[in-house]
Amino acid sequence: MTVKLVVGLDGAETGSRALAFAKELGGRIDDCELIAIYVIEWSPFSFQTAEENAKRHKRREEELETATTRIVDPAVAELKAAGFKARGIVQHGDVAETLNKLTVSNGASQIIVGRTSDSGIAKRIFGSATQNLVMHADVPVTVVG
Amino acid sequence: MFTKMKITLMAMMATILANPVLAEEAMGFDAKVNAAFAKVTGPFVGFIFAPLPFEVGGVSFPWIVMWLVVAATVFTFYFGFVQFRFFKHAIHLVRGDYSDPNDAGEVSHFQALATALSGTVGLGNIAGVAVAVGIGGPGATFWMILAGLMGMASKFTECTLGVKYRNEYPDGTVSGGPMYYITKGFNELNLPGGKILAVLFAVFCILGALGGGNMFQANQAHAQISGIVGEYPGWITGLVFAGVVFAVIVGGIKSIANVTEKIVPLMGILYVGAALIILLVNYDKIGWAFGQIFAGAFTGLGVAGGFVGALIQGLKRAAFSNEAGVGSAAIAHSAVKTKEPITEGFVSLLEPLIDTVVVCTMTALVITISQQLIVDPVTGNYALNEAGDAIATVGGVGGVALTSAAFGASISWFPYILAIAVVLFAFSTMISWSYYGLKAWTFLFGESAKSELTFKVIFCVFIVIGAAASLTPVIDFSDAAIFAMAVVNILALYFLMKLVKKELISYADRLESGEIKKFVE
Repeated sequence: MTVKLVVGLDGAETGSRALAFAKELGGRIDDCELIAIYVIEWSPFSFQTAEENAKRHKRREEELETATTRIVDPAVAELKAAGFKARGIVQHGDVAETLNKLTVSNGASQIIVGRTSDSGIAKRIFGSATQNLVMHADVPVTVVG
Repeated sequence: MFTKMKITLMAMMATILANPVLAEEAMGFDAKVNAAFAKVTGPFVGFIFAPLPFEVGGVSFPWIVMWLVVAATVFTFYFGFVQFRFFKHAIHLVRGDYSDPNDAGEVSHFQALATALSGTVGLGNIAGVAVAVGIGGPGATFWMILAGLMGMASKFTECTLGVKYRNEYPDGTVSGGPMYYITKGFNELNLPGGKILAVLFAVFCILGALGGGNMFQANQAHAQISGIVGEYPGWITGLVFAGVVFAVIVGGIKSIANVTEKIVPLMGILYVGAALIILLVNYDKIGWAFGQIFAGAFTGLGVAGGFVGALIQGLKRAAFSNEAGVGSAAIAHSAVKTKEPITEGFVSLLEPLIDTVVVCTMTALVITISQQLIVDPVTGNYALNEAGDAIATVGGVGGVALTSAAFGASISWFPYILAIAVVLFAFSTMISWSYYGLKAWTFLFGESAKSELTFKVIFCVFIVIGAAASLTPVIDFSDAAIFAMAVVNILALYFLMKLVKKELISYADRLESGEIKKFVE
């Protein structure tokens, strides 16, 4: 049976470390598929102007396109070059919640993420996406420092 | 009609420019703007507020108020009290229970509602209510609430159509609103005159954007600021506002709008919170206040025009505040991502509820409870002011100043918070209406960058005029322009409502059969 591992990307150096760790871990498993996921932080309960709403669909497509070509595709290519079965997913939503949901719906057994790259007051109040993920995930989570 | 508007505009501009501003004494400039404005807008205002040919309860009744109330009643019955039957469903929709997770990142029901609300919750709820209660007495509140509840059905009708007949362009942007659903809906039903009505609506929408969505806001924001820092010429406030709005809508400085969009909901919560605290502190007077509201609703308690006066004021200000039947919300709601246009109709019916039934009632209760309205100790009725056209108040004030005094009576420092809230509300309403006006403008003149810029500049010029003019002509013109939109919009809605009914029946059936399911349990 194929073992599926999810790698949470963040477009930063921490994501790359998670990716490197996933390769290392995956290399030890005979039949392993790596799923690279990038979640675009977004809430259906945020406030926007009428003009932003009117252009939202277009903006969303642009965001998906940018995340796919700049972050996810290169990661998938890197994994494939290393001989892994790999694919990528980009979706909008709350980072922790969406990563977990996609992991479950794709039947993956573990999530690998980099240590948080958030900083400042928001993190102190709400916790980082990584903290939330560790606390609420339905599968084991590996946090790469 | 447009030529007429252009002439009006040019005449107004000419009057203003003809004045050697620097040579004039500052307040003299304001007075001239005021006089010129009142003169130019007089006939239009006169037509919209023309009384019915017969009297109601011995008082002349503006036909436009009747027009809005009849429409809200017709829609309420035609859709079988949709505002109550689908109320719970509307809440589920806003919570996102029926939203497809694959659409994450698109405009949610909540966002469309919040955007529309930021265009309506504002001065109408603070200053408008004070005007209603100041003239019509607490009884006006009763009619305001009733109009709010009925108006939910009007809003439902127009917003469903707004989404159903919006334009979706190849690049993914959308444009919607009455001008689009009137044109397309009439074509679908093979009815003549759709294009003419749509153009007429667009013209009135531009006037409404410049009036209620702009001048009234600038005017009241100035009143509020000068009430705190002392009297100074209105055009100064106007210029500052115009500068900031210009920076946002022309300069594209999104950060200002973004900050406002985040602070405005907080201000709304703060406002309702403060009102609740005042009500809690004065809990022993709540029963009395409701007594005044009910007694006033049917007797008038001595206000000008008796109970009909209270009724007219209540209905008028409710319509001005929640804009049900006006068509503006249909523009704001049309950007939502949904496969079922009617779902946005359900969501939009929460708007008059929040705006009028909750927020406006809070204001009215605070004004009543704070006893800013002077009661004649002999008769127990309200005492009229010297002019006899409004109730005498403790400080002899009206509009937003009355609300401010009412809140200040319980929380001494609240007028300062209110001033900030008024300025922000005014600003966010202006931004919203600049968009509504722009959509109407581009519907008429095409979506070129040049035509957009023309409108935006005109919009900013009107901010200065609005801040400089005195309250009465501004409020009259604002009301008239917004109600003129309702004249065209509601007329069209009568023809198009059967299309909504078809959607409603189909949706209700599928909801019942379980074909339409929640994505989250």
